[in-house]
Amino acid sequence: MSQAVASPEVEIPTIPVAQLAPWAAFVFLIAAIVLFFISADQGIVSIPSGNAVHEWVHDGRHLLGFPCH
Amino acid sequence: MTPRNFLVRGLLAGFLAGIFAFAVSYTVGEPQVDAAIAVEEAGTAAAPADAAPADDGHTHSHSHDEGGTVVSRDNQSTWGLATGIFAVSTAFGGVVGLISAFAVGRLGRLRPSQSTAVIALLGFVAAWLVPFTKYPATPPAVGNEDTLADRTLYYFTIQAVSILAMIGVVLLARRLLSGLGTYRTLLVCGGTFLAIVVVTGLLLPTVNEIGTFPGDTLWYFRRASLMTNLTLWAALGIILAGLVGRLYEQETAKTARRDLAASL
Repeated sequence: MSQAVASPEVEIPTIPVAQLAPWAAFVFLIAAIVLFFISADQGIVSIPSGNAVHEWVHDGRHLLGFPCH
Repeated sequence: MTPRNFLVRGLLAGFLAGIFAFAVSYTVGEPQVDAAIAVEEAGTAAAPADAAPADDGHTHSHSHDEGGTVVSRDNQSTWGLATGIFAVSTAFGGVVGLISAFAVGRLGRLRPSQSTAVIALLGFVAAWLVPFTKYPATPPAVGNEDTLADRTLYYFTIQAVSILAMIGVVLLARRLLSGLGTYRTLLVCGGTFLAIVVVTGLLLPTVNEIGTFPGDTLWYFRRASLMTNLTLWAALGIILAGLVGRLYEQETAKTARRDLAASL
């Protein structure tokens, strides 16, 4: 059904997964680290120890909706 | 259309979305954070063991760990807030950009700008709206420090389940689309996603540590949190969809010119 309808449409090119994978792996890793420091660091796990990161991003953590304290 | 094109546009859209989200969180959210801290300090002052001198809520530091690093409220509500919002929005921008790169040409017959907008919408639902529905944002003064480990675990558990379920049903939709058509595919996949997150929400424990915190301040704070995140994701989706649409038009025009030149 979709074949018959799709034929007059312009074929949209896809980006091969093999080309995407290294970019995705790297960016997802960086994003996970960034999110950890903003959302959860110095809550139950502290890297580095202390509360400077927690205090600095305190308001953002509350308003973005992460569990804070 | 390369991964690099999408990553650059995603990071840019994320950063720009951060400007809007910061504006909303600062103007709508901060008054509620201050109101909550005022409640917290009134509660502390009332406690007989800790007769702290009454301080102006705006300049007083809001610290939970006595003797630790102190960041003033002025810094927390401006540079601190901006750090959190911009870091998260730019990171989400990069991630949404690359997922959109994967989605181009793979979500039915949607054009690149449309599939990008769909990814941002689904991202908002899966990564934020579902976790928020079970574990809504709490202002300062709400939340028991002793249960933080459990609450953090619950929040990220439902977030992970929600994101994985969303990825699963989108991949399922790609398989069903040719056989069932758009309407039935959306019913099946939307229903499956809803069933998974509702069951997960029912299985996870409910957290209620509100105590005597005033209900209106709690609602205003949560509404501000919703507005902040909705702004972040909406701006990200709209800006990125626009940038991707323009990229696709440029690529199409380039291909058309090349085809014309080859035919001469």
